[in-house]
Amino acid sequence: MLRRRGVLPGFGLSLGYTVFYLGLLVLLPLSALAVKAGGLGFTEFWRSALDERAVASYRLTFGLALLAAAVNAVFGVLVAWVLVRYRFPGRKLVDAFVDLPFALPTAVAGIALTAAYAPNGPLGEPLGRLGVRVAFTPLGIFIALTFIGIPFVIRTVQPVLEELDPSLEEAAAILGATRWQTFRRVLLPGLYPAALTGFALAFARGVGEYGSVVFISGNMPMKTEIAPLLIVTKLEQYDYAGATAIACVMLGVSFLALLAINLLQRRVRGAS
Amino acid sequence: MSHSVSRLGGHGRRAGRQDTAEEAPLIRWLLIGVALLFVCAFLLVPLVIVFSSAFADGLDAYLDALADDETLSAVRLTLLAAGIAVPLNLVFGVTSAWLLSKYEFPGKSALVTLIDLPFSVSPVIAGLIFVLLFGAQGWFGSLLSAWDVRIIFAVPGIVLATTFITFPLVTREVLAVMQAQGSDEEEAALTLGATGWQILWRVTLPKVKWGVIYGVILCNARAMGEFGAVSVVSGHIRGETNTLPLHVEVLYGEYAFVGAFAVSSLLALLAIVTLVLKQWVEWRAERRTADLATGAAPPTVARTVPAG
Repeated sequence: MLRRRGVLPGFGLSLGYTVFYLGLLVLLPLSALAVKAGGLGFTEFWRSALDERAVASYRLTFGLALLAAAVNAVFGVLVAWVLVRYRFPGRKLVDAFVDLPFALPTAVAGIALTAAYAPNGPLGEPLGRLGVRVAFTPLGIFIALTFIGIPFVIRTVQPVLEELDPSLEEAAAILGATRWQTFRRVLLPGLYPAALTGFALAFARGVGEYGSVVFISGNMPMKTEIAPLLIVTKLEQYDYAGATAIACVMLGVSFLALLAINLLQRRVRGAS
Repeated sequence: MSHSVSRLGGHGRRAGRQDTAEEAPLIRWLLIGVALLFVCAFLLVPLVIVFSSAFADGLDAYLDALADDETLSAVRLTLLAAGIAVPLNLVFGVTSAWLLSKYEFPGKSALVTLIDLPFSVSPVIAGLIFVLLFGAQGWFGSLLSAWDVRIIFAVPGIVLATTFITFPLVTREVLAVMQAQGSDEEEAALTLGATGWQILWRVTLPKVKWGVIYGVILCNARAMGEFGAVSVVSGHIRGETNTLPLHVEVLYGEYAFVGAFAVSSLLALLAIVTLVLKQWVEWRAERRTADLATGAAPPTVARTVPAG
């Protein structure tokens, strides 16, 4: 692109302003979290972080976020495939609406999903007759996390699918591969990295999600209490140390998960 | 994690595909059916519920719920918070995108990662960090109480949390477009004697106009709809520190369902308007790109992956 730094004026000004604003608004507040955690002392930190109720909330939050992201990975590839490859009435509308979970405020999504899946709701009632309870159970949390994760995989896979070279598929077909073989052996390897990225983004979003979950989850300690809610509860009790410890564990695990996925992605890219 | 990908690059790929690389019609329609079912079950249902519940007791009850004083004060606060957060992040977005697309310097990729950081932080944790800074027991707590300034459980905290949450949005969109378009015109303007500000105003901003608008639309939607972070710092003082999403929660908690869904319908309308505007900007940008040259011109909007 540009030789060394670049010839255009304004480097100092834009660098200074960017670093200043970033430091003031993001780095300083985040360092407050680190300092608070550091000031807690080893025993107190881990006592709060590994409290029985906290561990139950991690298991629920990370487990369901993983499950919802996995479902979104499968259906995301399917929906992206349908949107890119097929022409059908309403395609553009569906394509535009995929971003709804991003545009719709989470609290609105939360109460709407709760109303839909409540025992007397339009979807909750027939499901209840089948013996499936959704609202105020982990299944409800899973539904909310799936909802907010929908755009990620679709939007990462779509452009890759658009750019795939059709001659590869034609070659596979001419060499006698069935359509399914072509998909598994030729197309899927090319889609893996994008799908993984979308999966990671959906997972990260799901772990931190609060607004759309608190209404449908029922918020019972040990059963349907997600980690972000536990932070809010601790804050309401002015237990800042407890809230900080849980926040650090959440950030730590999310960071490790993203790191693991990055490494996996590098291996997948290297192999294909 | 800046996975910016242009949606507008791949023209005319589809035309030449042969029948050998197509699914049987039955399978095709089956896949379309499953995809539509998935999308409808998850996306359409909540939207239908919002509007049907809002009008469950008729139009009058709906309008009454909206004309309520607390609702109106929530509207004002939401507009205020977005009105401050969006311009701040707009100026930062253009500045940082300029920095990251025009220059090479050590630490650049670390800077990109740091700018994206607010996306990987849970909204609740975003609220928590401001409580730790400015709350009664926080770093600046005693200083603020000595000056009699309230940030947490007051409007400034809401503005701060909103700005933090929407921090990377404009940067991402504008950066993607600036990178795709390169700096040739800017360098030409420089050799013709233009100053830095002249280049920014007359060359760069017109070039990336649609990217900026796109970023502002997304930033605004997120700013007005933010719940978790704002919830932690607001203190839920009715008529004072409740934004629209927080007001929805209050009404819902009081079993005022029509009211909760009436207020929700405003936010759902905002979401629909956002999606329509987004589509319109994409369409405008696509048309402009197609006008400039057939397929060869760089994109004027780069669609980025929505961010958490």
